[in-house]
Amino acid sequence: MKPLIYLDNAATTKTAKEVVDAMLPYFTEYYGNPSSIYSLGSKSKEAVTDAREIIAGTLGAQANEIYFTAGGSESDNWALKATAEAYESKGKHIITSAIEHHAILHTCDYLEKRGFEITYIGVDENGVLKLDELKAAIRPDTILISVMFANNEIGTIQPIKEIGEIAKEHGILFHTDAVQAYGQLPINVDEYHIDMLSASGHKLNGPKGIGFLYIRKGVKIRSFVHGGQQERARRAGTENVTGIVGIGAAAQRAMRIMEEKTKKESGLRDYLIERIEAEVPYCRLNGDRSRRLPNNVNFSFRFVEGESLLIMLDMEGICASSGSACTSGSLDPSHVLLAIGLPHEIAHGSLRLTLSEETTKEEIDTVVEAVKKIVERLRSMSPLYEDFVKKQK
Amino acid sequence: MYSEKVMDHFQNPRNVGEIENASGVGTVGNAKCGDIMRIYLDIDENQIIRDVKFKTFGCGAAVATSSMATELVKGKNIQEAMKITNKAVAEALDGLPPVKMHCSLLAEEAIHAALWDYAQKHNITIEGLQKPKSDIHEGEETEEEEY
Repeated sequence: MKPLIYLDNAATTKTAKEVVDAMLPYFTEYYGNPSSIYSLGSKSKEAVTDAREIIAGTLGAQANEIYFTAGGSESDNWALKATAEAYESKGKHIITSAIEHHAILHTCDYLEKRGFEITYIGVDENGVLKLDELKAAIRPDTILISVMFANNEIGTIQPIKEIGEIAKEHGILFHTDAVQAYGQLPINVDEYHIDMLSASGHKLNGPKGIGFLYIRKGVKIRSFVHGGQQERARRAGTENVTGIVGIGAAAQRAMRIMEEKTKKESGLRDYLIERIEAEVPYCRLNGDRSRRLPNNVNFSFRFVEGESLLIMLDMEGICASSGSACTSGSLDPSHVLLAIGLPHEIAHGSLRLTLSEETTKEEIDTVVEAVKKIVERLRSMSPLYEDFVKKQK
Repeated sequence: MYSEKVMDHFQNPRNVGEIENASGVGTVGNAKCGDIMRIYLDIDENQIIRDVKFKTFGCGAAVATSSMATELVKGKNIQEAMKITNKAVAEALDGLPPVKMHCSLLAEEAIHAALWDYAQKHNITIEGLQKPKSDIHEGEETEEEEY
């Protein structure tokens, strides 16, 4: 077996040892229900309170503005559906972007079927939201703008502060899906005028099945789960105490190591980009070169199909991801790659590599050699490449 | 997700390449949905498929079905080759995931398209063979080519 090279940290991350260590006592020792009156329950309650305070602190928010959920998708669903319901007397128009995660896009479809109108703002060739298009889309009945902080596929970081200012100016609520950004980039909800923010634990070396939604005090938002007083009665159900302890520990760790981690990852990221651009012909870097998540690399290789590339990388022990249709079970390639203007056949040949703080230069070198070899092999089998070569002659 | 046979044919595809001055060439699929398959046939005077090669742009299943389809037609006469269905290709690979069944259909169509090309060049009719739907080349706005 070849040693595993894990470059799919945008999909999920390894739970950090210090996070697991923090969680473990809450399974077997402090297993009480936070709602119980006795001291065993109080111990759990304290842990939940501590985690909430830690997270609030990382965003410049108040503890009572943090609501724990089961993850990013739930937070996105909640933010959109509950806002739509609470503000529909004001209007039924929502603005989002063309490159959101499906947790947003499919929730928008759901709302559209229930009489809401959704405007999808386009992005430029690097995946940056078109602010003039956003301004032009605002109507008197617009109740919400939801734009992701950073894109999960191509790593482009959006002009969140500008979007927040536009929303504020027009008295419109602003939600951001920060699942990829939280823990990687410094975020301050007041500075960026963010009213709601979704995040997930397992993207920042925390456990899976836990996330949170930040809801600014004063924002009217309905309960998502009914049945108890948990999360200020807005999301009932016994708290996922171990998960909450885990996301708290993960957030604390992420803030502590952010500067160093960013420096290391972005250095290796740029090295990886540089080598691929220099050594693999007919490739294209997707996403913005400077407004980019420190750990994201996304390339399209012409004449090559993404799933084949992933299987061959897997055989070399390399875990990566693609925007190819074949990886999603549908026939269309990634909506993000199409939104930045890639033609279908080039979008099918994309490869996403997302680094962690444990990634080494040796691993990057191994990956570059593997990508070179595999792309060459797949091209030698590709009728598109054959036609291209014949045309060149 | 894939059977061992599919993985074997993907990792060690049989009959990859081109045949110069082939008796028949067929290209099917389109870049839009991410699968393009091209099959080259070398057919002798007794209508036996002496050699076959393929090139495929597509996922693991597309490569494996191309490879298996070439194995199945090699050495057969053209009537026998006509009887090779997408089901036979998928079965020979110990099955495909449901979302990948269209790949096996592509293999059947590619063989038919190559046989059609052969029939056109030799001005013959092959029983049961219909004009392939399309022969799609690279590019977004491809139109159906008239034969």
